[in-house]
Amino acid sequence: MELSTLWFLLIALLFIGYFVLEGFDFGVGALLPVLGRDERERRVMINTIGPVWDGNEVWLLTAGGAMFAAFPEWYASLFSGFYLPLLLILLALILRGVAFEYRGKRPAASWKRRWDWCIVFGSVVPAFLWGVAFANIVRGVPLDAGHNYTGSLFTLLNLYALLGGLTTLALFLTHGAIFVALKTTGDIRHRANLLAERLGVFAAIAAVLFLGVTLLRRATPAAVVLAVLAALCLVGGLVANRLPSRTDPDGRREGWAFAGTAAAIALAVASLFADLYPFVLPSTVDPVTNSLTVANASSTPYTLKIMTWVALVFTPIVLLYQGWTYWVFRKRIGTHHIPDEAAQMPAPGSPPGSRAAAG
Amino acid sequence: MDATDLARWQFGITTVYHFLFVPITIGLSFLVAGLQTAWSRTGNEKWLKLTKFYGKLLLINFAMGVVTGIVQEFQFGMNWSEYSRFVGDIFGAPLAMEALLAFFLESTFLGLWIFGWDKLPKKVHLACIWIVAVGTVLSAAFILAANSWMQNPVGFKINPERGRAELTDFGAVLTNKVALITIPHTIAGAFLTAGALMAAVAMWHLVRRPGRDTAAFRSAVKLGSWTTLVAMALLFITGDIQGKIMTEVQPMKMAAAEALYGTEQPAPFSLFTIGTLDGSRPVWSLDVPRVLSFLATGTFDGRVQGVNDLQAEYAARFGPGDYAPNIPVTYWSFRLMIGFGVLAALFALWALWAIRKGRSPAPERRGTRLLMWGMIALPLLPLAANSFGWIFTEMGRQPWIVFGQMKTAIAASPAASSGDVITSLAVYTLLYGALAVVEVGLLLHYARAGLPDVTPPPATESDEDRPLAFAY
Repeated sequence: MELSTLWFLLIALLFIGYFVLEGFDFGVGALLPVLGRDERERRVMINTIGPVWDGNEVWLLTAGGAMFAAFPEWYASLFSGFYLPLLLILLALILRGVAFEYRGKRPAASWKRRWDWCIVFGSVVPAFLWGVAFANIVRGVPLDAGHNYTGSLFTLLNLYALLGGLTTLALFLTHGAIFVALKTTGDIRHRANLLAERLGVFAAIAAVLFLGVTLLRRATPAAVVLAVLAALCLVGGLVANRLPSRTDPDGRREGWAFAGTAAAIALAVASLFADLYPFVLPSTVDPVTNSLTVANASSTPYTLKIMTWVALVFTPIVLLYQGWTYWVFRKRIGTHHIPDEAAQMPAPGSPPGSRAAAG
Repeated sequence: MDATDLARWQFGITTVYHFLFVPITIGLSFLVAGLQTAWSRTGNEKWLKLTKFYGKLLLINFAMGVVTGIVQEFQFGMNWSEYSRFVGDIFGAPLAMEALLAFFLESTFLGLWIFGWDKLPKKVHLACIWIVAVGTVLSAAFILAANSWMQNPVGFKINPERGRAELTDFGAVLTNKVALITIPHTIAGAFLTAGALMAAVAMWHLVRRPGRDTAAFRSAVKLGSWTTLVAMALLFITGDIQGKIMTEVQPMKMAAAEALYGTEQPAPFSLFTIGTLDGSRPVWSLDVPRVLSFLATGTFDGRVQGVNDLQAEYAARFGPGDYAPNIPVTYWSFRLMIGFGVLAALFALWALWAIRKGRSPAPERRGTRLLMWGMIALPLLPLAANSFGWIFTEMGRQPWIVFGQMKTAIAASPAASSGDVITSLAVYTLLYGALAVVEVGLLLHYARAGLPDVTPPPATESDEDRPLAFAY
């Protein structure tokens, strides 16, 4: 296999990792005002992703860096062409990241409410826009002979891309609701199960429509197989979300449900990449000469060889320790696990003995 | 102002802003790791209290460094796509490795450290913060190697067919002599910053809250001040070597730093100038004879090339054009970098002097009031020095984006219109301004709050239902 094809696969893998992992924390963030009925429940939700969301986001930074290193032309055309949507995504990710860290740092309800809206905005916007972006990558955009994007913002907001956005949003919301059910105890777990049932129907309809339209435009055998498997996994996950748990009479089979939505997202993204290959950014204008492909967008074999070695050595290590984090924080949490706010909030002037330890 | 100028302003604003947080993150993660190690070794509770106190400040700061860093990685493609196409084969690899080797380490182990107080064995939990600290330095090393390649491109050849630079020797990129000296210089600057912050906050408590956690805060003043002083010594040594390497690979930058128009042998070092710095006679200037010769060449009678000679040389080599950077900016940013850094070290010395031999500054004394103002300035001085250092380094490279290979004027994105760049510039400026207010507010709030109580929660509840040791 050519190294450039290997790197196409690796970048696909990085985006798959990103969407499977950050997909559920986008979902948790977006559902904050829906599932979290009071402050304690909202804190339960945020703490299900607290230790891991930042590590999940690094998948995006690695995918971006890998794209820059392995396919500079792709990185340059895509990032300068999708300028305003990417700006919105960045704005959202900035607000969201700061919000997680800062919302608990002051006691005022108004302070928390503002950061909650940052979390919701910061989760909904990228969950939608990543779908729009990937739909446009697969569909192709107008590029000139120098591979520079010549369209406008409205070129990117076509119906097909908006359907792609709805699909990722609905999938991530479902994935997030199931994650909340998987990681919590008590009432919120039950409500998350029920919400996932309803969201799952929308996600399934959107995903089937979107992948269907994608494959009608251009279908490769691998993309078809992957899309069908994605749909099956999604249905399987949603069925598991309705089956009673064998160990806990109150719960459902959330582990299987989560595995189902995770696999569905992974396979759907894989299907898009399979459909895209050997292009990386097709041009809708003079496709033969202006399109970016794995061949004409890639770095030199020397650079790719070095990058391959680094990736082969370090990716397994990253997977190991990131997996370990999930294992360390594997326990479900409920409202009774949330420490009192006062315990973490220093109040200047109060005697030091009244405060409890906090990291 | 065209799209390139706007993109340059955006890069300047977002990068200087990002680099307010980065040095605190790097330096403070090591200092907090040191504090926690002291607790682990001695069992003395004061170290645990300091770990949690400065750990909180570290986290408030860390979040800002992380989110502003995402903009940096995207910005090359968004605003500088021609640059990205030209350098991607070389410049992309360190960026990808930074993400894979450093960002994953930092984010994952920081999460484990924040939430893992009651979930991990003590030693493992301690290892987490050390891993975070190592991750921050790894990250700095990769990005500085990438930046050093822009200052002194090595290990590549130009492919005229593809119109790009292609990597021929990755080892040469990582061991670029500019990188090897820039990395320790920048890390030392990070310790200068974090040490100053630690000392200043602790001193504030000693004066304003006398009698409360005195022993702990005295230790923090000492640790912070000594860190600052040692860092300053390292900054002098590394800066001196850096100056000589710069004279060799970017002589124009050195000449611009001194506003030295004519070649001189021996060359004096200009401490201060009143005038336009445009090559005409200054109104007044203070020079130290022969020192520039030493800084640039290592001998007191070395020859230092001036801007005019270099301009003629470059015009002959690269074709007609203006090859001198903005001289007033380079001249003053170079001096302000050194000046603010030295002032920080002096203030740290002042803090040590104020608590010498068990003394504590008496709140009612006039000198103590002055000391308080000094302590408010202390953390700001290294931040200013860092910013001016970067402004000098990047502005001094102009008109090049990659020295001798690509000019900044042709590096911006053709696909991004002026309107696009103005929009993003406005969004970042407003957002960053608002976040700065919030961040500084939180830092002050938590810095004033004092040391937390660290008595463990009662062990009566069953393990399953015990509240988390830390939750957002």
